[in-house]
Amino acid sequence: MHIPDGYLSPSTCAALYGAAAPFWYVALRKTRKLLLTRLVPLISVFAAFSFVIMMFNIPIPGGTTAHPLGAGIASIVLGPWASILTLSTALFIQAFFFGDGGITALGANCFNMAIVGSLVAWLVYRVVAGRSAITSSRRVVAAALGGYLAINGAALCAAIELGIQPHFFKSASGAPLYAPYPLNIAVPAIMIGHLTFAGLAELVVTGGIVAYLQRANPSLLRLTAPGVPLPQEETQQATMTGWRVARPLWTAVGLLMVLAPLGLLAAGKAWGEWSVHDFADPAARQQMAAASRNVAPPAAAPSGLERLSDIWTAPFPDYLPPFMRSAAFGYILSAIFGVGTIILLTLLASWIALKVRPGLDHAPASTKES
Amino acid sequence: MPAKRSGTRGFLERSTSSFVDAMEHAFYAEQTARADGLLQRVDPRVKLVGILALVAAAAASRSFAVIAGLLAIAIALAALSHVSFRVLVNRVWVAVLLFTGVIALPAPFVTPGLVIWHLPLLGWDVTEQGLASAGYLVLRVETAATLCVLLVLTTPWNHVLKALRVLRVPAVLVTILGMTYRYLFLVLQSAHDMFESRRSRMIGELTGRERRRVAAASAGVLMSKTFDLSNEVYLAMESRGYRGDISVLDEFQIRNFDWVMLGAFALVSIAAFWLGR
Repeated sequence: MHIPDGYLSPSTCAALYGAAAPFWYVALRKTRKLLLTRLVPLISVFAAFSFVIMMFNIPIPGGTTAHPLGAGIASIVLGPWASILTLSTALFIQAFFFGDGGITALGANCFNMAIVGSLVAWLVYRVVAGRSAITSSRRVVAAALGGYLAINGAALCAAIELGIQPHFFKSASGAPLYAPYPLNIAVPAIMIGHLTFAGLAELVVTGGIVAYLQRANPSLLRLTAPGVPLPQEETQQATMTGWRVARPLWTAVGLLMVLAPLGLLAAGKAWGEWSVHDFADPAARQQMAAASRNVAPPAAAPSGLERLSDIWTAPFPDYLPPFMRSAAFGYILSAIFGVGTIILLTLLASWIALKVRPGLDHAPASTKES
Repeated sequence: MPAKRSGTRGFLERSTSSFVDAMEHAFYAEQTARADGLLQRVDPRVKLVGILALVAAAAASRSFAVIAGLLAIAIALAALSHVSFRVLVNRVWVAVLLFTGVIALPAPFVTPGLVIWHLPLLGWDVTEQGLASAGYLVLRVETAATLCVLLVLTTPWNHVLKALRVLRVPAVLVTILGMTYRYLFLVLQSAHDMFESRRSRMIGELTGRERRRVAAASAGVLMSKTFDLSNEVYLAMESRGYRGDISVLDEFQIRNFDWVMLGAFALVSIAAFWLGR
C-alpha cells in the first residue's frame, strides 16, 4: 500500500501533503503537551518498532504470509495522536532511506496509513471495547476489528487516490500519465487484496498482540481504556472490602457450621480425645480398645494426663453447656460458639496486622508507563 | 542466507531475511556515503533540494524524452559517485519492474484508445494510450526511485536529516527521525535474534494457529522491550540534562563547488519542467 513516486500527480501529492499537515500539527501539539520531555524517546523508539513490525511476515489462514501495517496496535497502545507521529516517522524512514514508498507520495502515504489508519483503529477499538475490563476478550475482538478496518480504510483512501488519476491527468493523446486504472478497476483490485490477505494479517497481529499484552503487560493497554481498572487494581479493591479474597474462607466457615451436627452421628469419642474419667469407665475402655486395633488401654490414666487435666477447665466441658439438657442442641450451640470465637480472633488478628503495617491494604505505587 | 534458497520458507525465515536485507541495505549505504565521489562532496542541503527538484520534475513531466533524460542524468551521477551499476540494477530497477511492471502489465489492454495491435490467440486489443500509460508509469517510477536512492547512498543519514532543516522541518521531528534510525537497528537486531533463537529451538512444523500465535506473541514481546528501551533512553537523556529543548547543530558550510552544483540542479530541473509541460 506504500504508493511509490510516479503513481500520483504532483498536484495530488501536494493536496495530500496539505491534508496531512494539520493532523501532524495537532498531533505534535497534543502529544507534546501530554508527554512533555518523554515525547522524543517514546516516539523515536516506537517508530523503530513500527518499522520492524511492518517487516514481520504474518502467517494468515491459507498458508501464505503478509506484512502488517501496525497502525491498529500503535493506536491502541499510544493513542491516535502519538500513533500518527510514530507511523509517519516510520513511513518517512521507509521512503527516504529504504525506498519503500515515494518521497513525493509521502504525504499521501502518511495520510492513508498513519492518519486514517490510526484514527479508524482507535475509533473502532474504543467503540467496540466500550468499558470492558482490560483483560476482557472483548478487547481482543475490538482490537482485531480495529486493525482490520484501519488497514482497509487506508487501502480505500489509497485506491481512491490512485483511481482518480486517469480521470484528471492525461496526455494530449488521452493516455493516463500516472496510475492508469480508473476507480472501477483500482478500487476492487486494491480492496480485494486488503479485505483478504493484508486485512487478515492486520487482524491477526492487532488481536494477537492485545491478547498477549493482556497476559504479559496489561498496563500498556491502559491509555486507550480510561476509567477501566487494571486487573491488579481490581484485586486491590477486593482486599479493601475484604470480601473477594476472604470468600473461600467464609465458604469453609459456613460449611463447617452446617456440617457441625455430623459430630452427633459419630460413634464414641475421637481417638486420643479421652479424658481421665474414661480410663476408669469399662464402656469407655472397650471403645478405646476397639479404636486402637484391640490394644488394651493402660489400667489407670497416665499420670501426666491426670496432673494436667485440672489446669484448664473448658467453659463447655464435653461441648455441653451445663444449663442445657439436650445433648444435640448443646453440640450445635457449642459449634456455633466455637466458630464465632474463631472469626472474632481472625478479625482481631488482621486488625492488629493492619495497625503494624498500615500500607498493607493500599495499592503499591503502580509503575505508570509513559 | 541459506534460508532464502530452501524450498519451504516459513514466516520465521522470511521475516529474518527481511531484517537482514534491511541491515545490509543500511550497511551498504553507509559504505558508499563515505566514498569519494561527486555527490558525496556536495553539501547535503544542496543535494537534498536538488534531488527533490529533479524528482518533482520527473513526476510532473508529460514527455517521455524528458523523463528518460532525467534517468540518464541520474545514471551519470551514480557513475560519478561510485554507486555501482550492478547495485542500481539489482536494488532499484529489477525491484521496481517486479512491482510496478506487474501492475502496469494490464494497462495496454484495459485502457480505451486507438487500437494498434491485436494480441494473437487471446484476441485482446492493445491500445496506443494504454501502452503509453504503462510506459509513463514504469519510466517515471524508475527515474524517481533511482534519484532517491542516489541521495541516500551518497549522504550519511544524519546529514540528510540535518539538511531537512532547510525545508523548515521542526527540530523536534529531525531529532525523532535521527533517533528512530539509530534505534531501528537495535530493534531489528532484537527481532532478528528472537526469530533466530525461535528457529533454532524448533524441530517440527507449527500448525497455522500456532504460527499466528508465535508471530503475535513475538510482536508483543518486541513491543514490551521497545517500551523498556524508550524508558531507558529517556532516563539516559534526562540524566544528561535533557529538559525537552532541542537544538540541531548546523555545521554545514556552502563552498563555491556547492553553488555550482546548486546552479546545475536548478538549471536541469527548470529545463525539465519547461520541456516536459
